[in-house]
Amino acid sequence: MEASYGAIIMNNPSADTILRVEDLAVHFPLGGGLFGGPRRYLHAVDGVDLELKQGECLGLVGESGCGKSTLALTILGLQEPTRGRIVLAGHEVSGDGMDRKARARIAQMVFQDPYSSLNPRQTVRRTLEAPLRLHGITTASEIDERITEMLGRVGLRPDHAERYPHEFSGGQRQRIGIARALILEPKIIILDEPVSALDVSIRAQIINLLLELKETLGLSYIMISHDLGVVEHMSDTVAVMYLGRIVETGGWQSIFTNPRHPYTRALISAIPDPFKRSRGDKITGEIPNPLDMPSGCGFHPRCPEARDICRVPPVPELEKIGASHFVRCRRVREIAAPDVPLATTG
Amino acid sequence: MSGQPLLEVENLRIDLDIGGTRFAAVQDVSFTINRGETMGLVGESGCGKSITALALIGLLRHPLKIGGGTIRFDGHEIQNLPASEMRGLRGSRIAMIFQEPMTALNPLSPVGRQIAEMFVLHKGASWKEAESLAVDALASVRVPAPERRVKDYPHQLSGGMRQRVMIAIALACGPDLLLADEPTTALDVTVQAEILDLIRELSAAKGTAVLMISHDLGLIANMCRRVGVMYAGKLVEERAAEDVFRSPSHPYTGGLVASLPLLGARARHGRKRLREISGVVPPVSAFPKGCRFNPRCHASTDRCRAEDPVVTALPDGGFVRCHYHE
Repeated sequence: MEASYGAIIMNNPSADTILRVEDLAVHFPLGGGLFGGPRRYLHAVDGVDLELKQGECLGLVGESGCGKSTLALTILGLQEPTRGRIVLAGHEVSGDGMDRKARARIAQMVFQDPYSSLNPRQTVRRTLEAPLRLHGITTASEIDERITEMLGRVGLRPDHAERYPHEFSGGQRQRIGIARALILEPKIIILDEPVSALDVSIRAQIINLLLELKETLGLSYIMISHDLGVVEHMSDTVAVMYLGRIVETGGWQSIFTNPRHPYTRALISAIPDPFKRSRGDKITGEIPNPLDMPSGCGFHPRCPEARDICRVPPVPELEKIGASHFVRCRRVREIAAPDVPLATTG
Repeated sequence: MSGQPLLEVENLRIDLDIGGTRFAAVQDVSFTINRGETMGLVGESGCGKSITALALIGLLRHPLKIGGGTIRFDGHEIQNLPASEMRGLRGSRIAMIFQEPMTALNPLSPVGRQIAEMFVLHKGASWKEAESLAVDALASVRVPAPERRVKDYPHQLSGGMRQRVMIAIALACGPDLLLADEPTTALDVTVQAEILDLIRELSAAKGTAVLMISHDLGLIANMCRRVGVMYAGKLVEERAAEDVFRSPSHPYTGGLVASLPLLGARARHGRKRLREISGVVPPVSAFPKGCRFNPRCHASTDRCRAEDPVVTALPDGGFVRCHYHE
């Protein structure tokens, strides 16, 4: 058997890696303990290895409860990991390795809902100047200059700085959210469903803007999204999560044209195809209660390809099946290469 | 069974009262749905698609009200029906599934009772009969262990299961028309796929006509035979589902189709910059003069700014509301 994904990325730290996550786990205690019986833990993130290269976009895909948002918060330092390492731009940050402010200068986040993520009582200027002041930029002229420049970059006018969030449309608010994330000139932006709260006719504007900014500012993105069309369009690499673990990862092309994990295939074929009435691989059932994890492969209760071997522990390893394509499935070599029901025309 | 359509909506207008001023939130909306047919209404938030559905089922409340036009259901005009008669129709012959089943279900009542209520109210069943019918209804939407699940309260069920309960309630009395307003928007994609299959199969089996409402053009095209595209309170295009994507006729529809990062597009054609639609959706109080899409349209002229286009029939049976349709 080839080396596991974790071992490979741990032993080959390449120079252009901007973020490395090693064996990261986040377990939430859930009562119990002392006299309440054994303490139970919810394994929200359970041994995730990730690598983000400078200038790339990593698409993080999975359904609600798969741990993708917890993973994002942990990378930003907003959630304490139970175990594992996070290396941000060469600095070890897990535990007390790096203070919040230093981390904020490297990684920032754009939130899903531009309505609830902006302070309605603050003008755009105050929203953008607060981080600058906190990080030691206090000269009025420099603050002015940086705010004007940043508004221009995200497609807003300098006079927009004096307005309040309610004076803007959803798309413009998301531009403000992006400006806020970029004002400290971070290297990594975590995009949590950046367009799903926006009107359909506005989404293309924001997607184009994000791709332009990535180019011109040399940013690296981790994008969380359930919209596989957006993920395919924006990502360089993709990681698919299920019940706290990565079940498949690889370049966008491998994931979308040669998906090998039955869950990835199910996700892709669940997208309604505008040109066909029927759909391909069906899975049934719902995500199991993460407190009551299935033994062996976590996906086996819903998997159309499950056999007895899938139900017995241990959890299958992420196995290398292509240049940078890894799949966590015991039967990956037995399951035929896919006939992916992608949209056929258009 | 006659040859007449099940539902005929003609020049529907819905007024929104803002501080005493009335604005037409929906105007000149006309469409028909035949028995057993699935039609889709697609549009962005504020385009009037949801309130159109509420008007059909008689659930518009102040500040919204029907301001004109007719809604003919099975040959009878229902837009001015007294509340008591509308109640008889609603739930039994016209039913609706809402977006968020958690807020649409009663949190204080077991789901079995909420389904049973339909049989008691509309079919004159006793509670005892109704409760056993509720078990069957839950089984028909493929809820596992229905005889136990009927005793559950909504909060004990997952989002997908709650939406199944909603469907069981909606289909309990075998309605002729099912209105489904964003029925899967709150659900994960794999669960969405199951719910869509369920709606598709049950409506086909019972010959129920469906009006499916969504902002997701791909989903609507996949589910429906015909699609109506709404923009700023008007129906701008109505086409066979496959034509909406292949040869959109209205610049708004064309712009939407071109702006979507469709799954598989990058693998086939490489990454192209998405075509943007400039501007924003106008609020009801500020719908522009002339064609309502003109400020955002790449091809608008003086005529578009001055004159509201009427609908033009297309050779393939659809229609479009544009002076210069493509």
